Amino acid sequence: MTFEIAWLWGLIGGLLIGSAAALYLLVNGRVMGVSGIIGGLVDGSGRDSWAERLSFLAGLILVPAVIVALFGTAETHLTGNWGAIIIGGLLVGLGTRLANGCTSGHGVCGISRLSLRSIVSTVFYVLAGGVVMVLARHVLGWI
Amino acid sequence: MKRNLFSTLAGAIFGIGLLLSGMTDTTRVQGWLDVFGDWDPTLAFVMGGAILPMVIAWRVASRHRTALLGREIPLHPGGKDVDATLVIGSTLFGAGWAISGLCPGPAMASLGWGGIGGLVFLLAMLAGMVAAPAARLRLSRMVVTP
Repeated sequence: MTFEIAWLWGLIGGLLIGSAAALYLLVNGRVMGVSGIIGGLVDGSGRDSWAERLSFLAGLILVPAVIVALFGTAETHLTGNWGAIIIGGLLVGLGTRLANGCTSGHGVCGISRLSLRSIVSTVFYVLAGGVVMVLARHVLGWI
Repeated sequence: MKRNLFSTLAGAIFGIGLLLSGMTDTTRVQGWLDVFGDWDPTLAFVMGGAILPMVIAWRVASRHRTALLGREIPLHPGGKDVDATLVIGSTLFGAGWAISGLCPGPAMASLGWGGIGGLVFLLAMLAGMVAAPAARLRLSRMVVTP
């Protein structure tokens, strides 16, 4: 995909992401936050809505997988550095649960209702992401 | 049953959106965070595009209060307090996001083609989530509220 149309695909994909969140809010009455949906299953706090959570995850995992299998290829370009994968995963899991949200819950659903907590969270994860990215890539040469 | 069906639909549309937008490609995410590299602005368009329908959805929600399938819509989920746990958690998340290029949504959506690395990331993320309640308790004891 060339850069010139990457922003357009970003916008189209973004509109779909927001529409999914709007559907989840207005039909199911739930905030579409992926870390919360998974986290509630992991720590048992979402026990009474486990089927709804698993249904969401099934759609999220299976439908893109089928589309890619049928119509083309996709690459995650994930680093081959196992340390980065494992430490990254641990930090994402721990951090999103402590913050009660991630890019979908705080970034999309929270900012759109001007939630102060979500705006503060997004500022901190983007800033921390930028600083760690620059440190890890340009200073340490790690990733 | 209906609830689960619409939940699957929302997950599917979300996943397709992540795929089309390029957010399941870690180079796009890391390219956005790497302001000193070959900066990639795509993520900003994704965020903007995603926030737009939700601005409308919250306006509708504030008028109707009740979701189509009967639940009360949470208008103020998560409360209003900005505390140290929120800031520390967000900072840790941002750090993990940068070094892996993945956040929870794209990590799930790309499991189908993400290979063994994607699976290991998921397991590590789940482990981090398991550790979170104990970490939250420790943090709340450490941070003295003024």
